[in-house]
Amino acid sequence: MALLQIAEPGQSAAPHHHKLAAGIDLGTTNSLVAAVRSGQANTLHNAAGNDMIPSVVRYGPDKTEVGQDAVAAAAADASNTIFSIKRLMGKGYAETQPLAELLPYQLVDQGGLAAVATRAGVKNPVEVSAEILATLADTASQVLGGELNGVVITVPAYFDDAQRQATKDAARLAGLNVLRLLNEPTAAALAYGLDSGQEGVIAVYDLGGGTFDISILRLKRGVFEVLATGGDSALGGDDFDQAIVGWLQQQSGQHQLSHTGRRQYLTAARKLKEQLTDNDTADYSFIADEQKLSGTLSRAEFEQLGGALVKKTIRSCRQVLRDADLTPDEVAKVVMVGGSTRVPLVRSLVGQFFATEPLTSIDPDKVVALGAAIQANVLVGNKAEHETLLLDVIPLSLGLETMGGLTEKVIPRNTVIPVARAQEFTTFKDGQTAMAIHVLQGERELVEDCRSLARFELRGIPPMPAGGAHIKVTFQVDADGLLNVSAEEKSTGVAAGIQVKPSYGLTDDQVAAMISGSMQHARQDMQQRLLREQQVEADRVLEAVGAALAQDGVLLDPQELAEIKSALATLAQVRQQDDTAAIKAAIEHTNTLTDDFAARRMDKSIRQALQGHKVDEV
Amino acid sequence: MNYFQLFDLPATFELDLTELGSRYLALQRKFHPDNYAAASNRDRLMSVQQTANINDAYHSLKQPLLRAEHLLALRGLKISHEQRSFTDPVFLMQQMELREQLEEISTSEDPDDAIMAVEQQLQQQRKVLLKQLAAALEANTAEQNQQAAELVRKLKFFFKLQHELELIEQQLQD
Repeated sequence: MALLQIAEPGQSAAPHHHKLAAGIDLGTTNSLVAAVRSGQANTLHNAAGNDMIPSVVRYGPDKTEVGQDAVAAAAADASNTIFSIKRLMGKGYAETQPLAELLPYQLVDQGGLAAVATRAGVKNPVEVSAEILATLADTASQVLGGELNGVVITVPAYFDDAQRQATKDAARLAGLNVLRLLNEPTAAALAYGLDSGQEGVIAVYDLGGGTFDISILRLKRGVFEVLATGGDSALGGDDFDQAIVGWLQQQSGQHQLSHTGRRQYLTAARKLKEQLTDNDTADYSFIADEQKLSGTLSRAEFEQLGGALVKKTIRSCRQVLRDADLTPDEVAKVVMVGGSTRVPLVRSLVGQFFATEPLTSIDPDKVVALGAAIQANVLVGNKAEHETLLLDVIPLSLGLETMGGLTEKVIPRNTVIPVARAQEFTTFKDGQTAMAIHVLQGERELVEDCRSLARFELRGIPPMPAGGAHIKVTFQVDADGLLNVSAEEKSTGVAAGIQVKPSYGLTDDQVAAMISGSMQHARQDMQQRLLREQQVEADRVLEAVGAALAQDGVLLDPQELAEIKSALATLAQVRQQDDTAAIKAAIEHTNTLTDDFAARRMDKSIRQALQGHKVDEV
Repeated sequence: MNYFQLFDLPATFELDLTELGSRYLALQRKFHPDNYAAASNRDRLMSVQQTANINDAYHSLKQPLLRAEHLLALRGLKISHEQRSFTDPVFLMQQMELREQLEEISTSEDPDDAIMAVEQQLQQQRKVLLKQLAAALEANTAEQNQQAAELVRKLKFFFKLQHELELIEQQLQD
């Protein structure tokens, strides 16, 4: 590593050209895409002039529609019109059963995973989300005038490993290069943080339609650090509407409502809520189930109805502050996200709790996408000066099943990622050659209360007496919050073979099969794509090693230098041809030859970082 | 791995935490995977491993107990995963008394006062033990290192009690 990185800001070895990058807010109800243009982050509008695209996909008789078109056909073709797919991401069939009766489309079991039966066949949430992502990417390509080099996609802070992996798989299926999965609240803080250049602790209060998130971040010397996250995935602005519906029913005495009647109440409730944002009273007048209703709701009455809901969110705020070891007065800024934060009661109670006026100058529906766009622009390499660094934490603890159905935590929640932690196991039978390991995510003690992520079978353990073999299992979580597991028998150094079976996810092979199987990517396309991927990788290696030699060639002896140069020449040559396997082999050869060089550069780089640091202090 | 070396800091228990924090950030800034979003796969992987190391090192040096454990491990005394029971009767007695006090909080007349009282005791005891620990680690003789290991074991009990106290406080609030 450190190969590309060491080039100091403004000294990049490669000629600088602007790369196209976008930030995507893949929402439950609506999705947005945004990009930085001329230094300014803006949401991008599609041909119809909309930037908020309903997260709805319709599998029509002869084509697939996404967004407004899909919504328009929803009533007539409900069973083929998929909305709220985000709620199904990375979920097992069994655990989505409570949702089944609320959804007008048919859920089916696809090898344990939840999927949807449509006229175009069974579609899993990864495929449906890929349609939405591809549509947003198309919009971005059209507006920006070229293919995207990379995207940043936001995910809720509470998303577990399976849900993050599913999101990344969807992007891969849509043919997108994911620079980073970014937590939604972090993106929101980024949108505000960069503009204001503030330092201190920031709370991000995100009240969406159906979920509530609270995150505590610290911004210091251009570094964002997520200190803690919390919230409630079954609490949202929709509950305000429900509270008003309940009140309206009390006024009218209509307690049994037809399906249509219920919708009319709901529409009236939303209107009242919106009116009360700017007015002290709001009038209603509508007909539902043949009864005419009219009257007035005051803001004071509404605030009494919604007060309990807001107080519940404040309780979560208190909890998350405790996790971060902070008191409310230590929070310098509060960022508001989600349409429901327009409700004045939310703003005033949140302001009261944190004793500061919440930030509301950026549209709370767009702030996440804008932050993602800013981060995408940085990550793709358009900002010469790397001012912002985002340190993230894992939202939920990772652990293992131990004897008696109990969970043992290996990496506790709110640990800064990337992180690697090892756990040692031993055999309990003579001559045991295999061992089952169950990976879990969650805070509870019992296995059944946590979420099963994967089951691993370690094979090829050398036969030894009970307790003789020492198997070291290493958990590694990358910057996207995704988990990788490796295992090794310590006394013999034998790397035990691992069979991974994600509990609620797709294997690499399945994703590859979906890519080649989808109608949009015929077999020819697939091979083209694999070749293109290797060529891009070859370019990266050539650029990185070239820059490294220019800067640190002195760290090599003449023979090493000659070998590396010859490997680079070979790689540059095969890269021009279309033999995917040969390019791959040349990349691997170059990597092996430069591993040691990279390690030496890393050591040097550490010393430099600390050195530069010391100079700063003086 | 020597975590002190990674941050180029002296291997002592009394550590300047502000300095540690800013060195940590300097290294993170240099090696975080976000810097490698457009780099080659191998470089990205190395960046993930390196930052994982840096995070682990920071985590281990930031907290006094883990820092003491790491320092002792560097001196050849591994105590992080040992199974050992205490034989010091005075200490065990004290622990039992504190535990009883914890259990009585929920039924006491003024739980808030009771929590404060226990918390104060815990803080006081911790302070004393930490001071002894610092002195033993500073001396760095075979005997004093053994003494330090014993102090770490005792401190673990106090940190555990503190954690339980916080849980009780939380339950009372909810």
